[in-house]
Amino acid sequence: MSKYPTSVKKVDFPEKISGKAKYADDFVFPDMQYAKTVRSTIPCGKIKKITVPKLPDGYYWISAKDIVKENVVNIIFSDWPVFADGRVNYCGEAIGIFVGEDKAILDKLCEEIKVEYEPETPIYDFSEAYISKGYKKGDYEAAKKKAKQVVRRTYQTGYQEQAYIEPQGLVLYYDESGKMTITGSMQCPFYVKRAVMRTLGLKDDEVRVIQPAVGGAFGGKEHYPSLIGAQLATASYKIHKPIKMVFERYEDIAYSTKRHPSKTEMEALIDENKNIIGIKSKVSLNGGAYKGCSGVVLSRALIAATNAYVIPNLDISGDVYRTNTVPTAAFRGFGSPQTIFAMEMFIHHIAKEIGVDPLELRMKYLAKQGDITANSGKFHDPIVLDKLFEKAMEMSDYKRKIAEYSKPGSLRGIGMSCFLHGCGFTGSGESDIIHAKVKVSKDENDHVTCYASSVDMGQGCRTTLKHIVAKNLGLPDDEVEMDYPDTDKTPDSGPTAASRTIIIVGFLMEKAAKNLKKIWKKGVAQEIIEPYVGPSYIHWDEETMQGDAYPSYSWGVNVVEVEFSPVTFEITLKGVWSVYDVGRVVDERIAVGQADGGVLQGIGYGFMENETCVDGKFKQRSLSDYIIPTTMDVPHMETAFIDNPFIYGADGAKGMGELTLVGGAPAVALAIENAIGKEIHKIPATPEYIMEVLKDGKN
Amino acid sequence: MAKIKFNLNHKDVEVELDPSTRLIDVLREHFGLKGVKEGCGEGSCGACVVLLDGYSVNSCLLPLANVEGHEVITIEEFSKTKRFEVLKEAFADEGATQCGFCSPGMIIAGESLLSHNPHPTEEEAREALSGNLCRCTGYQSIVHAVLEASKKGEGLW
Repeated sequence: MSKYPTSVKKVDFPEKISGKAKYADDFVFPDMQYAKTVRSTIPCGKIKKITVPKLPDGYYWISAKDIVKENVVNIIFSDWPVFADGRVNYCGEAIGIFVGEDKAILDKLCEEIKVEYEPETPIYDFSEAYISKGYKKGDYEAAKKKAKQVVRRTYQTGYQEQAYIEPQGLVLYYDESGKMTITGSMQCPFYVKRAVMRTLGLKDDEVRVIQPAVGGAFGGKEHYPSLIGAQLATASYKIHKPIKMVFERYEDIAYSTKRHPSKTEMEALIDENKNIIGIKSKVSLNGGAYKGCSGVVLSRALIAATNAYVIPNLDISGDVYRTNTVPTAAFRGFGSPQTIFAMEMFIHHIAKEIGVDPLELRMKYLAKQGDITANSGKFHDPIVLDKLFEKAMEMSDYKRKIAEYSKPGSLRGIGMSCFLHGCGFTGSGESDIIHAKVKVSKDENDHVTCYASSVDMGQGCRTTLKHIVAKNLGLPDDEVEMDYPDTDKTPDSGPTAASRTIIIVGFLMEKAAKNLKKIWKKGVAQEIIEPYVGPSYIHWDEETMQGDAYPSYSWGVNVVEVEFSPVTFEITLKGVWSVYDVGRVVDERIAVGQADGGVLQGIGYGFMENETCVDGKFKQRSLSDYIIPTTMDVPHMETAFIDNPFIYGADGAKGMGELTLVGGAPAVALAIENAIGKEIHKIPATPEYIMEVLKDGKN
Repeated sequence: MAKIKFNLNHKDVEVELDPSTRLIDVLREHFGLKGVKEGCGEGSCGACVVLLDGYSVNSCLLPLANVEGHEVITIEEFSKTKRFEVLKEAFADEGATQCGFCSPGMIIAGESLLSHNPHPTEEEAREALSGNLCRCTGYQSIVHAVLEASKKGEGLW
């Protein structure tokens, strides 16, 4: 008997488990060349002179002077050059690439090239804001006059490395018709396509992007492959041969985008009855050298500033700061892990300071259906947070443990976080900006194929999207096909990001399948192209950040139990319990997989994963010094789902990919706090930090 | 350059290469065995493990010279066995593969464990798999799959 009787077979499983699945580095083409990047060795300054060594026959140096049309990577805010032109803004910025057939010769050329700089003074601190946003709710200043007590704390979070096991890499080749084609490790085939079109000035039908198997992404392959794609395409314009560029691990960790480090200054207003009547939050994010998608990351961080709590008066603002460091960008959670960490710790610290039970204080402000959101929109759909809490406490034996572990001398600790995550693009973005489409077609033999640009990077969307179509057509899963996205065949159903694949693309697949079923004629080729039409009640003003921030929200509660060693100051995980409302679960096995992996990535972020940047360079550049959890670090994990179907989701499903990460860090930090009896204000809560907290009282 | 002889996937092979060439490069580039994955190139992630005389080793750390006279089995060969089928079913049932990049290595590490310890405890399984990183699954499904295979494949190991 299967462990998950309702789950379907994962379509890509047989090829992956047997090592037959092809990832970027597994592609080999006749006459294939390799590319290797020459990078800036200083954080900031002008490039005075580049002395390129004498190139052997068949070797090329490609740099800014070879740009065909526009020296910019097409990201939401396009300020990142494909190749540095005249100046560099971070250590590791690409100055150019060497291309040729022998990797050893490329390495030698990279060593021999001389780049002379005129260094400038770099910025590393939060001093030069280049994006600012904010919003208010109620009247915070008036509330402040009524407040009897004000509680303040500042929270900090560090970098986080995606640490997908397959490093970044793309391969450019020419398809059977001679068209420039790119394949490789990516989350968003149409992003790569548009980046190449823009840099080279190509038309829509002049470049094709096909996604192969992708070895994990977690946001790290949302925008960065656009840079690699634009570089390879620029080189191919001169070389006209297949070119492969696959990063070595040190290169990937040292120079590709990561999660934004943050500082959040919070202030809470308390009235005479110990009610929280206002919260002020000022969020600072380190954006690195280029803006890229940081404006959206800030926006989503600010929307999540008060997490799942409804507070009447708010003053929320934030800035992204330019620093001469590697640009930060997308990572599962996209801004909300930083602010949700801050808010979860803060509500605890407020409770302690005003002398009330933290759990009671939380329950008092939990969002309910019909409540006004932080952005003055409405929680339109049913919210079952109370059930999530109840289940999580029962599974983890929270009440007994928190009482026991709070006694002096206990080395155990237990922590609980509750959280929400907005599904899909911000506000009405899905309807107004993305315009997602999917296609479901059948041939004369009634064989059904479905097409979407959603990338299966491990989360199983090829299985679930196909399943949604099969189910709605009343066919067995293996009678419906869904291949990897190919921009020549697949409509643009938007990027694989923002926990939107099931709630948005899945919803479209469901509609397309239902519509095909309505017109189904046996033995006739038919197709349905389904465009997205979202809930009409969603209105959002990006400028003022007022309205409905998301089409819907998913919700979760995480409980983490730890043991603290007073000798080594190390933390050992003892148990993890999670309860989620992701609408209705489409495939339980896949959902549990997302839950287990997501919460562990969040817990790792909270106490283990340490990436520090000194003088513009990362100190941790390998998987031996950037430590992610192993089998030995993981305790028993238990997950439950509470059914709460969403009417605009595929069979009631909402988003879940990011939700499962955002609560891990505050839950483990609160567990550590419970174990050591001191407040935690910073993650990762490493043994060094815990020692500082305990010995020097420095939070 | 040196001539190195070893047994690869049950066939005697001889290659003439720099003896310091990493085994992973020999397997992937010379023999086209692309199921051997490179995740880190420094022995941290385990995506490249192969069986060397029945024990899982990181092929990115092993110079070709060290395999002279030894037996190397990669996922390509191991996937033809009954033991693989049992591990595969257990991995499928538990949902122990997501992006799949670590999967061939996990299977090899599981085989290395079960062939030396057919009835591991959960703790032993966790220890045996601790050299293989996975960023997708949180490991629980993988550990359970290996333990499940140990039960279902009774007598095979």
